[in-house]
Amino acid sequence: MAVIKYFGAIAEVTNCNEEQIEVSDLKVSDCLELLNEKYNLNTIDVSVALNQNLVDRESTIKLSDNDEIALLPPFAGG
Amino acid sequence: MKKVFINGPITPAFIANSIEKHQSKHSIGAHNIFLGQVRADVIKDKTVAGIDFTCYEDMAHPILDDIREKAFKTFNLTCMHIYHSLGEIKAGEVCFFVFVSAKHSKEVYAATEYLVNIVKKKVPIFGKEIFEDESHQWKVNK
Repeated sequence: MAVIKYFGAIAEVTNCNEEQIEVSDLKVSDCLELLNEKYNLNTIDVSVALNQNLVDRESTIKLSDNDEIALLPPFAGG
Repeated sequence: MKKVFINGPITPAFIANSIEKHQSKHSIGAHNIFLGQVRADVIKDKTVAGIDFTCYEDMAHPILDDIREKAFKTFNLTCMHIYHSLGEIKAGEVCFFVFVSAKHSKEVYAATEYLVNIVKKKVPIFGKEIFEDESHQWKVNK
């Protein structure tokens, strides 16, 4: 299992801050597709971090157990 | 890992204390400070009362370490501090404090601008703008 973390506007849509996901043979891009189907996140400009590093949304990196994927809305510090 | 995130507003007393702490460092000849303050923007007839900041801290800290390392390499600085608020900060309160110190003024101006811009761009901080009627929208940096 991997953990998916949600922040800001995205956590508001998913109505939770994190959840577990079964990742056997799942790529980053597949995972995003699944989450998009589940939550319809198309209206938000989402960045994706894998283990705290930004990755391309189309990334074909395969997810492993204990990975941490984060869905991040636009940054608004300052 | 240096402390960056502060729960609640950054108070004038905190800022004054930070200045005072540097008075014992006698190689410093120039300080520069940037303070970000929450604006009461009016959007479609609704006034922003405050911003509720959240952050992905596990990702933010390594990014801030890189930013700090790069700034020390690029500018001839003696000291550098970056603080950002988390939680609800009311209009008029300070939520972002960048404080750099060097021997001479030239370095501190350039370093401050660099740090302010890169923190806004690279650090995963999120802001919920809360209006006076308690509705909200999500802040996006321009």
